[in-house]
Amino acid sequence: MIKTEKLYKKYGTLEALKSLNIEIKSNRLTYIVGPNGSGKTTFIKTILGLVKPTSGNLFVDGVKLNGTYLYREKIGYMPQIASFPENLSVKEVLNLLKEIRSENVNYDEELIRLLKLEKEYEKRIKNLSGGTKQKLNAVIAFLFDPPVLILDEPSAGLDPVSSSILKDKILREKKAGKTILFTSHILSELEELAEEIIFLLEGSVCFSGGKDELILLTGERNLERAIANLMMGQKI
Amino acid sequence: MNALKFIIKYQIHDTLRSKWLIIYTLFFAAISYGLLSFTNESSKVILSLLNINMIIIPLASLVFGTIYLYNNSDYIILILSQPINRKTLYLGMYLGLSFPMALSFLIGTGLPVLLFIRNFKEAGPVLFNLFLGGVFETFIFVSISFLIATLNENKMKGLGLSIFLWMFFSALYDGLILITLQIFRDYPLEIPSLVFTILNPVDLSRLLVILKFDISALMGYTGAVFTQFLGGGVGFAVSILSLLLWSTLPLMFGLRSFSKKDF
Repeated sequence: MIKTEKLYKKYGTLEALKSLNIEIKSNRLTYIVGPNGSGKTTFIKTILGLVKPTSGNLFVDGVKLNGTYLYREKIGYMPQIASFPENLSVKEVLNLLKEIRSENVNYDEELIRLLKLEKEYEKRIKNLSGGTKQKLNAVIAFLFDPPVLILDEPSAGLDPVSSSILKDKILREKKAGKTILFTSHILSELEELAEEIIFLLEGSVCFSGGKDELILLTGERNLERAIANLMMGQKI
Repeated sequence: MNALKFIIKYQIHDTLRSKWLIIYTLFFAAISYGLLSFTNESSKVILSLLNINMIIIPLASLVFGTIYLYNNSDYIILILSQPINRKTLYLGMYLGLSFPMALSFLIGTGLPVLLFIRNFKEAGPVLFNLFLGGVFETFIFVSISFLIATLNENKMKGLGLSIFLWMFFSALYDGLILITLQIFRDYPLEIPSLVFTILNPVDLSRLLVILKFDISALMGYTGAVFTQFLGGGVGFAVSILSLLLWSTLPLMFGLRSFSKKDF
């Protein structure tokens, strides 16, 4: 679904991505992991076209990215922190996005109901709490029923109830055949969700493959320990 | 094109509701009403309004514009992760801020003038140029502020640059010209001073009004030269053309660097 060829990105003198060759499979839940500053967010942002690679190629669903934007119809993105124009109401923000993506009319509004966001509809964004904004953020990612979901730290800032609602939603979407890419620092979450793991270290791929494969390679009991070991610098 | 329409629509919604815009409108209304109540002489009022506008509009446009882009950086990321062209978003935000600001200037200054319209019987064209100049200033300085904010990641640096640019165009510039003309006073300086004027959008908008007046000599050296050299019709055309260039060039550079930028 998403494929990179020698993807390379340099900020000034800092090499953020060093010639990545990654393939993210369709209909799988892929988890991107790595210590802070390993290039996770930069990688996600290159997929979204927010960051332009210095060299190398990136394909989303067979489409090569170079200044194109229509491919993003296929992607739902939930950023780590979201902000919206503060004087618009929740309803207006949703309408704005619906109008921008007017080709897409199959709305998935399940999360609005589950996260009880209807009662906030008329509120201005500036009067929302951080957690409510994050809920809105989640709703937007799923709203257009896209085949690819990119979730950057989806449960950060959500209360436990909302967080588990979101987790269930992710699992349902996975079953429905979506390709899901996500990052998280909550290791227990991975145990439940992840199928494929991509471990980034200083801009290079350190491990890429199935969950069980990683556990086997590190010789640990579970994924949590295997990842922790990798972060501490264990070689595989 | 549809997406552009929606971005502008929502941006205008957002801007129209902001407190700053209301204060901005009220400020213009208070100043114009005050000036109009003091005197019946329309030319005095127009000149005072002109001087105030040429200071306030560039400052407000530069500061609003820069802060606006910085404050909305997360929102920009959200919209750019949708299937939308970067240029569409940039243009949408630019128009979505410039239109309400220009409108707020027009309403703030226009309503008091309408109240006292009997004082302005013969001043129609001058008044029109005053408003035209103000609208141009808004579009020009918002486009410059967007360019500054796009090129500078650092908020403080961007804001500082905006304020410096404002000081430069509204105060320093005329001083520098005077010094230059003083140094080279033995040479014919009509053409250079014309060029100097065209290079400053604040002077250009001022000229729009001055060209309609007979008091150009009172408004600084550049104004005097411009009137003398170009006279009415041609002078007006040249200043409009230069103002158009001033509003489109920064916008185009901004669009280009916004398209290449990493978020």
